[in-house]
Amino acid sequence: MAVTVKIPTQLRSVTGGEAEAQVDDVTTVGEVLDGLYDRFDGLRDRIAEDGDLRRFVNVYVGGEDIRFLDGLETAVEDGDEVTILPAVAGG
Amino acid sequence: MSVQALKCKECGERYPLDARYACEVCFGPLEVEYDLSGLDAESTRRRIQAGPQTIWRYADFLPFEQPPKTALAAGVTPLVRADRLADRLGVREVWIKNDAANPTHSFKDRVVTVALAKARELGYEVVACASTGNLANAVAAHAAAAGLESYVFIPADLEEQKVLATGVYGTKLVAVKGNYDDVNRLCTELSGEREGWAFVNVNVRPYYAEGSKTLSYEIAEQLGFELPDRVVGPIASGSLFTKLGRGFQEWIEVGLLEGEVPTMNGAQAEGCSPVAQAFEGGHDVCRPVRPETIAKSLAIGNPADGPYALDLARRTGGSIDSVTDDEIRAGIRLLAETTGIFTETAGGVTTAVLRKLAERGDIDSSERVVAVITGEGLKTLDAVKGSFETHLIEPSADAFAQEFEQDAVAVAD
Repeated sequence: MAVTVKIPTQLRSVTGGEAEAQVDDVTTVGEVLDGLYDRFDGLRDRIAEDGDLRRFVNVYVGGEDIRFLDGLETAVEDGDEVTILPAVAGG
Repeated sequence: MSVQALKCKECGERYPLDARYACEVCFGPLEVEYDLSGLDAESTRRRIQAGPQTIWRYADFLPFEQPPKTALAAGVTPLVRADRLADRLGVREVWIKNDAANPTHSFKDRVVTVALAKARELGYEVVACASTGNLANAVAAHAAAAGLESYVFIPADLEEQKVLATGVYGTKLVAVKGNYDDVNRLCTELSGEREGWAFVNVNVRPYYAEGSKTLSYEIAEQLGFELPDRVVGPIASGSLFTKLGRGFQEWIEVGLLEGEVPTMNGAQAEGCSPVAQAFEGGHDVCRPVRPETIAKSLAIGNPADGPYALDLARRTGGSIDSVTDDEIRAGIRLLAETTGIFTETAGGVTTAVLRKLAERGDIDSSERVVAVITGEGLKTLDAVKGSFETHLIEPSADAFAQEFEQDAVAVAD
């Protein structure tokens, strides 16, 4: 089962310019991110700190902020879209 | 030239002064960095006083080498001493900074005029924003005046007055089926894909946010280059509130003001109070909420500058309080009845929190307090519907006398 992750411009320097990535065989957002960390060197340090997301990183599943769901434990299904965005916009 | 670079507020990484807003190292927010060491207080003060009657009189503290030419001015709004309000609250001295007196009737003219000037300098021809209404008005108007194409994204359930006062300028108005946080997420995503677009509160946000500092500069200048003891202001994303503190801090550093940053009190609506909740709970970060309040201009459930607003309130001995929708309506009435200033729901939030602070005994009898009123009452008319009585009479003196018994006696005499 595959989940599509949308990569923000701020992270594309570590994804070789890729704006999207597919991650297979995952059941939670945490596993999706682990899959990305395995594939892209340096990504983990950009968005995570001490095993949790940095405070200015927002992650969405199907447009819903994971903090309204189960955080990194939020379940993902085949075909879901996970979006990573900086949290410092708006107002 | 005092403007230096963009600097990450979290990790300190520096970037050139282009269109970017998030640190590539840690995702922290970027802020404009200045070197103010070359500014001499006396000559800076003279330059300000000789400057135009707009925010550009503070050009030394804004992110441009030369003050740009802008089509629609902003700033230099009245600071009104509100003695009747102070009496009602039982405090000594209250001033109202009436920022409804801007071209599109809110403080957003300040930030948009800075953002658009920077967007043009960087070569953008399309501007856009995610807005809870006031920003929509301002972006549409300033873009029209500057001859720039604009796209304005709003939540679909926005107040009709704010929708009409945006569409009239000929912008491309996009109503998004969702709340503000959905609109903001969409715009954050789009800003990564639309290279020729300047989203005022996304990719040029560090410059945009600088415009809010001019509120502090004006308050201080209008008080005769003196600091107030306390400032009460609204919090949505926390950007305005944070920059109010920064503005005072910069002028203290340069020597234009003597003393400390005022006690800063933030105001939120209870139905959308992630920052007030974090303040009360002693947290450094805000847990996002789903907004449910009449104060739609403050209805940001996921506030970008929440951590910095918390820090400012704590650092200055202030607080962040929330008030109910009924208290907001009462706040609008209180300000209107004692000052003649009709504010929108956000100003009702600020006034209601000011009242709460007074009732709680937080305001010392020697204090000079400034309340920042950020928007115009005509934008949220529904909030005052049914809050007063209208006397419907036949067009005759008798009917009038009957309706007003007291006056009837006077007429008979």
